Amino acid sequence: MQVTTKLTPFFENLNFEREGNTMVINFGPQHPSAHGQLRLVLELDGEQVVKALPDIGYLHRGVEKMAENMTYNEFLPTTDRLDYIASTSNNYAYAIAVEKLLGIEAPRRAQVIRTMLLELNRIMSHLFFLATHALDVGAMSVFLYAFREREYAMDLMESYCGARLTHSAVRIGGVPLDLPTGWLVELQAFLEKMPENIKLYEDLLTENRIWKMRLENVGVISAEDALSWGCTGPMLRGSGVKYDIRKEEPYELYGELEFDVPVSDRCDSYGRYRLYIEEMKQSVKILHQLIPMHEESEPQLMAHAPKYISAPKEEIMTQNYALMQHFVLVTQGMRPPKGEVYVPTESPKGELGFYIKSEGEPYAYRLKCRAPSFFHTGLLQKMLVGSYLADVVTIIGSTNIVFGEVDR
Amino acid sequence: MRKYTPKDTLQKKAYYTDRFWVAPRVPRDEIKEETHFADVVKTLQKYVSESYVELGQLVLHIKPKDNLAVLELLRDKCGYAMCSELSAVDYLAQSGEFEIFYQMLNLTLAKRARVVCRIKQNESIESIVPLFKMANFAEREMFDMFGIYVNNHPYLKRIIMPDDWSGHPLLKTYPLQGDEAASWYEVDKIFGKEYRDIIGPENRDPAKVDRYDTQRFSRVGYEVPFGADPSVEAEAKEIEYSKTAFVNYQKKPKQLKKKR
Amino acid sequence: MAQHKVNYTSSAGLPVALTSIDKLVNWGRSNSLWPLTYGLACCAIEMMASGAARFDFDRFGTIFRASPRQSDVMILSGTLSKKHAEFTRRLYDQMTEPKWVISMGSCANTGGMFNTYATVQGVDRIVPVDIYLPGCAPRPETLQYALMMLQKKIRRESANMNKNVKQRFV
Repeated sequence: MQVTTKLTPFFENLNFEREGNTMVINFGPQHPSAHGQLRLVLELDGEQVVKALPDIGYLHRGVEKMAENMTYNEFLPTTDRLDYIASTSNNYAYAIAVEKLLGIEAPRRAQVIRTMLLELNRIMSHLFFLATHALDVGAMSVFLYAFREREYAMDLMESYCGARLTHSAVRIGGVPLDLPTGWLVELQAFLEKMPENIKLYEDLLTENRIWKMRLENVGVISAEDALSWGCTGPMLRGSGVKYDIRKEEPYELYGELEFDVPVSDRCDSYGRYRLYIEEMKQSVKILHQLIPMHEESEPQLMAHAPKYISAPKEEIMTQNYALMQHFVLVTQGMRPPKGEVYVPTESPKGELGFYIKSEGEPYAYRLKCRAPSFFHTGLLQKMLVGSYLADVVTIIGSTNIVFGEVDR
Repeated sequence: MRKYTPKDTLQKKAYYTDRFWVAPRVPRDEIKEETHFADVVKTLQKYVSESYVELGQLVLHIKPKDNLAVLELLRDKCGYAMCSELSAVDYLAQSGEFEIFYQMLNLTLAKRARVVCRIKQNESIESIVPLFKMANFAEREMFDMFGIYVNNHPYLKRIIMPDDWSGHPLLKTYPLQGDEAASWYEVDKIFGKEYRDIIGPENRDPAKVDRYDTQRFSRVGYEVPFGADPSVEAEAKEIEYSKTAFVNYQKKPKQLKKKR
Repeated sequence: MAQHKVNYTSSAGLPVALTSIDKLVNWGRSNSLWPLTYGLACCAIEMMASGAARFDFDRFGTIFRASPRQSDVMILSGTLSKKHAEFTRRLYDQMTEPKWVISMGSCANTGGMFNTYATVQGVDRIVPVDIYLPGCAPRPETLQYALMMLQKKIRRESANMNKNVKQRFV
């Protein structure tokens, strides 16, 4: 038995001035390849898209408003839910922004662990991209293979921080825990298996005739457009602009590590797919270099800044002043100095930066999350025009948007 | 007496602040001669009222009416080819102004600059969509969240909140948990206003337990049937735990007698 | 044993089994629960993971369908925002009876950590929910357990739909 609702059949007040024989169709928000909650209103001429209008906001959760009502440490787990495919990259981007505001730096071992987690997250995110993109285009078996490998990476994350998806593995000022015993051996095993698996995906896809036909010259975006529309990450490098924040504005340990930045000048979905594959290989290379660095570093995990960060547990339990400070920091929250900061980081999707405006209060006065996917979604209204309806799914897939960070 | 709540800001306040607490400020560095930033300031001398380097990024304060000219100069003369972010900060309570910032990126030199301007509450600002297409979404979001009108924007419409939403969520006067209209939004939209009483108000306390609601809650050890009359106090029962947890796997199974 | 071997296909057909219509119908319903691919937020990723290689949802007879007209279960996986609520209700209305709803994750259950202006504080304000699934985000095993619980619930129900009128209003 159904309760009748007020919902009437759906007619949109479209702002399109329609002439001639075009048809307006609605795509999403519930569509299996809408990557969550993208809604597109498409005007079609035959099978070609004449005009596209992305409608977002179906996953708006008020994260920026929450940041104004939470202390800095309280807000950190919320950043997990922005780009939920690679949570640690969000945690890290937020933590580094606050650290820069406070003027502290994480100790060496924390930096090693953070860089490891970031790269592991990059592999996870790229595998997820590959899986869903292949599934959208119709290659089901790649979905199953890529998810299999992703589970191994998830197991590694889980044995470090206990969560599969929402890690919160980074704290402001360092990391909470050292790597568990045997973790690096498992990581080594994972890394040794990874090139074979990447080769498997490449064998399945790279020269596959259907895959090439579906991806080549689809979703073309020129370098000028990519810059103007605010594209970053693989979207920008896929258009021939070599800009990787890890390389150009090194943060964490990326200045010391040796890796290449792959660039493609094909400007289409196929070039971007190749980029993602190459980036996974580079991440494996980076992780290999990081493993010996862990042993060489001092075992300190959190930065020493008693004004902002609680002392280690042993000190809290033994020293009175550390306990008092801990009590103040937990109940009132840390008070960073007045000022504003914007720190860009290279998340798997592109430039992820947190703009924080602090007025010296324990609550941020304004926090703005610069999410790469938001601008990539805006680009859809340019990129979809002229393509065929069947390619719309491919183009959305190759932009690799995640709606947690689009809508925030 | 009714508890006083400040009307200009509804955001959370620190519950205790030391009387003598003076917040320090992040150091603002002078712009050194013969650097890239000095060249930028020299190019924009006409427009810039204040300039300094804060945490490695150049900050330029300009007048709001010059924003298009400044950004065009930055893009064409100084190489800031990408605008990575723009948004606003609400200072209505302090000075009746919004602060608007544009975060610029120079890709060849890997330098970042922030252009900052302040507008009054009812003023509007010129759109930068002719220069940077990314502003299409970003300015719509700014309009949606703060209610700042942007002149000559191609499609200025709410982007994140639904079209029939009332209020601009990121204003300091907007409460975190929403106003009256927000709290009934989905009920009004789907079932209509007359169903408000049946569905009831939102429960904003996630730890709330209603012991008289036998449909949604059960008290362990005092269970009543689903939907039973809650006014009758149930008798205490022994809690029965699942026996499977205590299975003795070491014991050998008994041989069944053959019935024959 | 060998002398009692019966070739069902050639001689006598399948043996007779007596059962009630309720049990037969519920057996069919509970073993082919087709959920709607309805990813809302973070939990959708875990929902996909449970459909993929390691957790393999298909062995429960659970095959994700892209259309509400073909599906029996709606797994509300993630935060439901107020803008999205009407679409959820519309999709629920479009599903054919009998239909069940699993609310997956804290956000769908109560609004969870997003106690803000933009989130629906519990999807049971919009649609009737059969199984609440705690966790943020629940692991795929949890979703599998919830599905097994739902199967148990369906097996208890009457096959006559009029008897299963949902107690609560929405």
